[in-house]
Amino acid sequence: MTVTRESYAARGCQLSVLRGGAGPRLLYLHGLEASGEAHPFLQSLSESFEVFAPEHPGFGNSADADWLENIHDLAYFYLDLIESFGPEPIHVAGSSIGGWIALEMAVRNTTRIKSLSLAAPAGIYAEGLRRGDIFLWPAEERLRNSYFNQAHAETAIATLDPIGNFDATYKSAVSLARIAWEPRLFDPALKKWLHRVTCPTQIIWGANDKILPPGYAREFAQLIPGSHVEMIPECGHLLALEQSARFTTLVTTFAKAHDQ
Amino acid sequence: MNIMMFHLMPYADLDPREAAKYPNSWVTMPNTLYDPLKGADLYNRYLDELEYAEVLGFDGVCVNEHHETPYGMMPSPTVTASALARRTTKARIAILGNALPLRSHPFTVAEEHAMIDNITRGRLISGFVRGIGAEYHAFGINPATSLERFREAHDIIIKAWTEPGPFEYHGKHYNFEYVNVWPRPYQQPHPPVWIPSQGSRETVEFSAHPSRKYTYLQTFSAIAAVKKNLDLYKQVAQGFGYTHHPRQLGWATPLYVSDTDEQAMAECAPHYDFFRNEFLSKIPLEMVMPPGYASAQSAKGIVTAKMAAHEKIDVRRANELGMMTCGSPKTVAETLIRYQDEIGFGNFLAMMQFGTLPAHLTRRSMELFAAEVMPALRKAAKAKFGEFSFA
Repeated sequence: MTVTRESYAARGCQLSVLRGGAGPRLLYLHGLEASGEAHPFLQSLSESFEVFAPEHPGFGNSADADWLENIHDLAYFYLDLIESFGPEPIHVAGSSIGGWIALEMAVRNTTRIKSLSLAAPAGIYAEGLRRGDIFLWPAEERLRNSYFNQAHAETAIATLDPIGNFDATYKSAVSLARIAWEPRLFDPALKKWLHRVTCPTQIIWGANDKILPPGYAREFAQLIPGSHVEMIPECGHLLALEQSARFTTLVTTFAKAHDQ
Repeated sequence: MNIMMFHLMPYADLDPREAAKYPNSWVTMPNTLYDPLKGADLYNRYLDELEYAEVLGFDGVCVNEHHETPYGMMPSPTVTASALARRTTKARIAILGNALPLRSHPFTVAEEHAMIDNITRGRLISGFVRGIGAEYHAFGINPATSLERFREAHDIIIKAWTEPGPFEYHGKHYNFEYVNVWPRPYQQPHPPVWIPSQGSRETVEFSAHPSRKYTYLQTFSAIAAVKKNLDLYKQVAQGFGYTHHPRQLGWATPLYVSDTDEQAMAECAPHYDFFRNEFLSKIPLEMVMPPGYASAQSAKGIVTAKMAAHEKIDVRRANELGMMTCGSPKTVAETLIRYQDEIGFGNFLAMMQFGTLPAHLTRRSMELFAAEVMPALRKAAKAKFGEFSFA
């Protein structure tokens, strides 16, 4: 099974979607990784699921979205999207800001979500847990701080092309700033409603995450009823990339266990 | 022609050995490097210099806003302008400018500027800016909505000054039930508005629009860029169907005068280099250009230029490029008259202190400029444009 890129119209926004595989449907919401690439973990997930992995409106190859002002806009957009898939609930996985979007969806409506796998989600702030500044770090430093294994970082740095990739990179960065600059990577109102996340939820974290430190896993676990934490050693923020096999296994096992 | 003195009020007592430990002189350089005893002396010295400018015959004094940096100690230029308001009697006081998107409430600018305009009986020049990219890291304000907030705050301030209150205002970023600013500005319909910029088509078009005709100031740029952007203003004005007035064009630049060219260069070199290398250049691209601060096209141009800029610019090269001007009174007068003749700016803003330039050199340069350069520049400009006022 493979995922391939296609264009998909949703609520008047032309999305670029990586799509493929067979099985129960899984919506994957990307984080800070290069959003348009068919990463190995997406290929692996497509062995067990019909994977639907869009680039968010206003990001990468998806169309500009002048209506995009905050994280709530993306939550409502994706709730509309999964409703348009039909009455059958689906599995949702999300990394970083994608996990944050999934949580904002879930506090509003969990009836279409069978399971929720969150990989180092953003969305809340906890005092004393020092986060990295993804907007201030130069590109090389940001990549080094995204991985535990620096070989991955060096590979990514070697392919940096600030001018050649400027347009897509800047577009994504502007949309990211729109939703996450201030307050930085969180929604002050989310915490008080996380008890509404009643679908089966797992929280996966890289033990060496320098962007959102692993202490946040426990914060989320305390706020989301019945959730549990999977901590991955020797792993940074881009955990779906750095520990691809482990991430795929965790998502697949959890989703299959809740695929009634 | 209007000849003004511009001040950045840098923290000139920054310890270079301490500063060298930090990669940035904006946002993240710790404020423990600021010594309030030295800072107090500097504030008072700099205010004295601006007051002295009026005595020497400058038409106005200019202050500006920057945050969390030794580059400039004026997080609120409104405070500086207020301090000058009652200590000057003739000079215009130009706030160049207040960074509108950083304010959570645009009335604060409308009110404070109107107060200064009343206290000075109409000597205020209002300037509006967005602030440089670094201010968005410093203040946490979203750079992706900076331009929208600037335009909206600007519209509210002008409406508050010109339309009878109270009235309602509802926009995307600001909503008010009662726009009714007291006091109203002394100058009617409102103080002149100047727009300082490093140069972008959007800013030039905004300034030159027939509903505004604001003075556009090109700041701290090589003379080729000054000419390019001021020529653009003239073209844009023609496109709007009118011919610009010279008062709509301005240039702000570091300037140093001494007895001879060699002496001028030698005296100001270490201080200018400190300004460039320590205050101006220690700023990464991520601070200059946070996402959304500029349009994709402008941002790409800035990134491309910054990646191509390998040349280290010292004072000699800066002088050649017209990024600063130094020399004997004769050389400086000839240079400025030549630029003025080629470009036709009606406002010239001399930054007479920069970097670590000490008080005695600053004053001597100001005196030589006022006695020997200013009259020649005024005469040449008058022959070309005649006399004109600020508004």
